[in-house]
Amino acid sequence: MIALGKLFRTTAFKLSLAFLALSAVAAGLVLSIVAFEVTALVDDENRQTIAAEADGLSEQYEQGGIRRLGHVIEQRTREPGSSLYLLTNFAGETLAGNIERLPAGVLDKPGFIETPYETADDSTADRRALARIFVLPGGFRLLVGHDLRDRARIGAVMVRALAISLICLAALGALGGLFVARRVLRRIDGMSNASRAIMAGDMSERLPVSGSGDELDRLAENLNDMLTRIGALMVSLREVSDNIAHDLRTPLTRLRNHAEAALRQEGDSKAYRAALERTIEESDGLIRIFNALLMIARAEAGADRSALIDFDVGEAARGVVELYEPAADDVGATLKADIESGVIVRGNRELLGQSIANLLDNALKYGAPEPVLALAPPTAPGEEARPAAPLRDVEIVVRRAGEMVEIVVADHGPGIDAADRSRVFDRFVRLEGARSRPGSGLGLSLAAAVAHLHGGAVRLEDNVPGLRVVISLPAARPASLREPARKAQAASATALS
Amino acid sequence: MSSMRILIIEDDRDAAAYLVKAFREVGHVADHAADGVTGYDLAREGGYDVAIVDRMLPKMDGLSLIGALRAQNVDTPTLILSALGQVDDRVKGLRAGGDDYLAKPYAFSELLARVDALARRRPKGASEETVYRLADLELDRLSHKVTRSGVEIALQPREFRLLEYLLQHAGKVVTRTMLLESVWDYHFDPQTNVIDVHVSRLRAKIDKDFDPPLLHTVRGAGYMIRDSAR
Repeated sequence: MIALGKLFRTTAFKLSLAFLALSAVAAGLVLSIVAFEVTALVDDENRQTIAAEADGLSEQYEQGGIRRLGHVIEQRTREPGSSLYLLTNFAGETLAGNIERLPAGVLDKPGFIETPYETADDSTADRRALARIFVLPGGFRLLVGHDLRDRARIGAVMVRALAISLICLAALGALGGLFVARRVLRRIDGMSNASRAIMAGDMSERLPVSGSGDELDRLAENLNDMLTRIGALMVSLREVSDNIAHDLRTPLTRLRNHAEAALRQEGDSKAYRAALERTIEESDGLIRIFNALLMIARAEAGADRSALIDFDVGEAARGVVELYEPAADDVGATLKADIESGVIVRGNRELLGQSIANLLDNALKYGAPEPVLALAPPTAPGEEARPAAPLRDVEIVVRRAGEMVEIVVADHGPGIDAADRSRVFDRFVRLEGARSRPGSGLGLSLAAAVAHLHGGAVRLEDNVPGLRVVISLPAARPASLREPARKAQAASATALS
Repeated sequence: MSSMRILIIEDDRDAAAYLVKAFREVGHVADHAADGVTGYDLAREGGYDVAIVDRMLPKMDGLSLIGALRAQNVDTPTLILSALGQVDDRVKGLRAGGDDYLAKPYAFSELLARVDALARRRPKGASEETVYRLADLELDRLSHKVTRSGVEIALQPREFRLLEYLLQHAGKVVTRTMLLESVWDYHFDPQTNVIDVHVSRLRAKIDKDFDPPLLHTVRGAGYMIRDSAR
């Protein structure tokens, strides 16, 4: 059961109270207008009756003078439910009529007047009349009037109707308000219970949806969608941290094992030295992974936009190619660079350089063509087979493609299956065949994060055979570049003249 | 190697004690300040050859300390040690007046090599030599010519820069990261041994056909060019 105090505090209840007050005012207004109209109608009718009576009396007066008038009045007053009459002489004495007493001065002015009066048979009742006063020659005055009891009765009826309808309205409104409030409150309570459960950690819980498709349902549905999205993000976050934990645990275990093994064995200082050196090597590897993770996290967080500068990607790529050229040579690969000049990107040269370096590194590590065993004659081992194998070329291309700048690194190795292509961007993902070789599985993750930071993307394509990685970035607006170029041209022009 | 006076401003006692001990072992004099203000006072009176400054210090942070020193015209070379190792942190550190930046965790050999290089940089006003000579090796910075025993050796531009940097620091250890930073202007981790390959190419050109070898690998640290005959 919902506590009553809680019910009264609900928005639904307060709203219904407000509506109740508003409709009460409206009902009062309508009834007042009706009452006013009805009284006006009654008054109008009374006036017409009085006018008709007066016409009749004036006819009698014209025919038989004051005496006949008095006589007719006497006659008429005797009829039941008659109108009100009073005929006085110049001294104010009553000649005929059924009115006993009037407030002073009522008869002085001719015309319509509303006045209290008393009759002979009932002097206590508070009676009012609408009357018309006529002044006749010779100081005679005639009053023809109509009792206003009917009008008062109609007014009373109206007031009672108003009171009853207000009471009904209040009762119905309050009940309705409570009902709506309870209904809404129950659903909101359902929602807040569900959200409390979610807060307590049950991410599978969802807000209840009544199925009526009303605004509360829409709200609940949107919140549920949001919860689903958050749940998905949490799962992926957990996966990432699980991966991180796992991939750091492996080298940490190795590190610990080496140290332990060194302690256990009775060795000379040379053996200890070697063990320590290995320990340092392992920890350097760990530091390297940490740094890469931090770099990715920074790039994904969007880093400092103000740190971005306009620079020539071609030049940066050329620098990296030159850095890797001897290393490529050492593994028997050739770096074939096809790099356009003046390809400008607004970004972080260091991060992009590292991305390109990662791609080149991958291409050199994993881009070796698959050995053509079938073609190699089994008689000659090794040496002979080599020239038959395709060349270990790695192509690196930097070019403008419309609004974008593309950095392509392509090898002729085994490539990556289409099914695995989206997976390799995840942190620490290393495909079969790569696990045996050194590496952290963070290179492509960084490249993707960096491309994203620059408003671009990385895609993987089939180089038939091999892998082609394309980083596409939005080119910097050329305006800022043309300016100095034009100035330089102008300068050289003046120098020549 | 001549002895240097080194000031270590670092609030972590263990780290500081380790550094003081390590520097003393290689023959340098090392003092320690545990907070920014003490560090600033010592550095100002000091006469130190190099100051090693942690970025996060009690009382006065490392960057403010360096800024204050520079404002007082104290130009002691400073190396910033920091757990913040990203490129933009580095740029911030160097902009604040630091001469070099090393991210934690670091290898002592790396720190030592950098401190050596920094101390050597002084005095600032001294004009740079135009010709470097080591034994029978000669590098002319103006004509971009390298000869050994009078025989001209053809070097790629980058190889020339590499040799130039090594000769600038002749007799001192130069680490791979130092080379990557100074010769290639990259501050990232190239993952593979790209620098080693470059050095071995250079070695093939300047040492292979000559005696004695000049370009040496220092295990666990980096490289050093020196006249081993002397």
